[in-house]
Amino acid sequence: MTVSGFDDYRPPEPPRRRKLGGKLRRAGTGEGRGEVPVVPEAEFTSYYGRPVVKPPPWGDPIAVYLFLGGVAGGSALLGVGGQLTGRPILCRNSRLAALAAVGVGAVALVADLGRPERFLNMLRTIKPTSPMSLGSWILTAFSAGAGVSAVSEIDRMTGSRLPLGPLRRLLRVLEGPAGVEAAVFAAPLSVYTAVLLSDTANPTWNAAREDLPFVFVSSASLAAAGLAMITTPAEEAGPARALAVLGVAGELTAIRFMEKNMDPVAAEPLHLDGPGRMLAWSERLAVAGGAGALIGGRHRLTAAISGVVLLGASALTRFGILRAGIRSTENPRYTIEPQKSRLAARRRAGVIHDSITTSE
Amino acid sequence: MNQLTESPDHVRHTGHPRKGFFTDTSICIGCKACEVACKEWNRNPHDSEYELLKSSYDNTGSLGADTWRHVAFIEQDREQIGRARESGRALVSLGMPSFGPPGQDQASNLAGADTTPPDTSDFRWLMSSDVCKHCTNAGCLDVCPTGALFRTEHGTVVVQDDVCNGCGTCVAGCPFGVIERRSDGTAGPKAKRDFTPGEQAPTRNVGVAQKCTLCHDRIVDGQTPACAQACPTTSIKYGEREDMVAAAKERVAQLHAQGLTEARLYGANDSDGVGGTGSVFLLLDEPEVYGLPPDPRVPTADLPRMFKRAGIAAAGMLAAATAAFLVGGRA
Ligand code: SF4
Ligand code: SF4
Ligand code: SF4
Repeated sequence: MTVSGFDDYRPPEPPRRRKLGGKLRRAGTGEGRGEVPVVPEAEFTSYYGRPVVKPPPWGDPIAVYLFLGGVAGGSALLGVGGQLTGRPILCRNSRLAALAAVGVGAVALVADLGRPERFLNMLRTIKPTSPMSLGSWILTAFSAGAGVSAVSEIDRMTGSRLPLGPLRRLLRVLEGPAGVEAAVFAAPLSVYTAVLLSDTANPTWNAAREDLPFVFVSSASLAAAGLAMITTPAEEAGPARALAVLGVAGELTAIRFMEKNMDPVAAEPLHLDGPGRMLAWSERLAVAGGAGALIGGRHRLTAAISGVVLLGASALTRFGILRAGIRSTENPRYTIEPQKSRLAARRRAGVIHDSITTSE
Repeated sequence: MNQLTESPDHVRHTGHPRKGFFTDTSICIGCKACEVACKEWNRNPHDSEYELLKSSYDNTGSLGADTWRHVAFIEQDREQIGRARESGRALVSLGMPSFGPPGQDQASNLAGADTTPPDTSDFRWLMSSDVCKHCTNAGCLDVCPTGALFRTEHGTVVVQDDVCNGCGTCVAGCPFGVIERRSDGTAGPKAKRDFTPGEQAPTRNVGVAQKCTLCHDRIVDGQTPACAQACPTTSIKYGEREDMVAAAKERVAQLHAQGLTEARLYGANDSDGVGGTGSVFLLLDEPEVYGLPPDPRVPTADLPRMFKRAGIAAAGMLAAATAAFLVGGRA
């Protein structure tokens, strides 16, 4: 379209796509100009296909933390169980595992902050509306108990050679209660991360809010049980094997319920590409590890292999869920379609007072 | 809403009136003065090395850590204009929000008026200056663990950049994709200010969540926010939120009376998923066309339920551990 002589000097325009108006049609929708669909397509419009919500800047360290936080929580429970039922090796190994996991996990968490040097600001306030705030307090409380009980174990393992002086006696008195204290915060530590992910505008995580906590506690249980099966001789690892089997059963069930309760569009990223493959493999590994624990768990080597497989399953679950959520923000469809359909459903049900778009 | 989230009345707890914007996109000319004014006033780094995004005249992309005002450009043909008008008409006949008997008056009002579409043109540009919504129930503020995000005396939502530790939870918590963690500053504005001209200005607040402050530093002095002040068409209006909502309602009625049924308000309803927004918009098509979510909901609204589910799950974990020790054989 030339409107003045000078326009002739313009470089030739590349051929335009017809839908310049920010249209991004769903695959399979006819693009043809002449094609007039009889029933209007449930059309998906977006602003040049750009994301509506932003992905949180959470990379692999956060997935590692989700995984290790679960391992720590589950281990503390095994530790206190061993403590109360007289299984000293299971108790010792689980206490050490809990401290190691929570320690490395906390480092991963801090490393992912934009300003790691300000990590203590997390403890500036207690905010019930912020799962991250409550989680920081849970993590702190858990670490205190896990730390005391594990240091006592380390001291015993090194033949009371830690330079503790008179504190040693105190430590021995405190280790039992400390183990119990850690166990009190163990389940919250394993579960709060699910609320942390779900209490966001992220389409996939938010849609999973009903059942994600169950997935996470199951994953935590089977991972900690797997670790105990590696570290602890089969005679004392009976509870770990049982917990592994329960964890696998729980996770398989919870994942199914979760997907059933989710908006089908928001659930799609759980099956796509990398995250989809991770979650599929996680399930296979969980089944294999659970079967190994159930059938061959008394055999030391089989138990150890099953344990590794279970840890792998849990790690894949965490990476898969985290990345699926990040992926779900990349395509605006996962945000817009579920919102449009829930808005339409409310309107059909006669609820018309709560839309953000109004005509008057 | 629930006990954990704020209600619209809680916001005005300081005695100051709640401040906000009314962005009337029907008179926006897409000059981007607001974008520039915001960048200059807040010394925000530029976003990219001047790449062209192939999205009409929008080469900014979206709101983010370095862009607190973003002008969207949408090119529409006759068919799309018709569809926008239709969807607006459907909205009017829903009679929403309705506090009396639903529908009736609205629909009939409009039926009576001359609603012949005023020459549906072959082409139109939609231009809209987007900004942080300063939500009544702000997802970002609710989930912030450090208390860096806070509700100001003017009812706005602001990050304290010396407190934020960059955990990024707020980024996930915002249903509008507004707030973002500043990763790095590519380059600062090269102007003659309080730094050496020609040299790169230092980038502030790297690693910290950043978003529109509703020019808190200006409004405490009774000044107008930079973007509103720079807007040559008064498309961006600033003032007390109540006045803004009233102005928005008046304007949309005016447009409807002209037969422009595509006009609709966004954020003026206090019973929506975020309790109403401090920045109210008048749009000429569905919100998603502008990159806005069609039914945003503050995630904390469901938090009590999530805590309950988490509590049950935690109890289940304890039960599983107990059971494991019961069936796990004697030591
Ligand atoms: S639009 Fe987003 S960043 Fe702005 S107040 Fe609302 S939730 Fe916070
Ligand atoms: S990034 Fe900063 S402002 Fe955002 S939630 Fe974390 S501490 Fe709060
Ligand atoms: S109010 Fe201030 S900070 Fe917010 S967009 Fe306008 S100029 Fe930028």
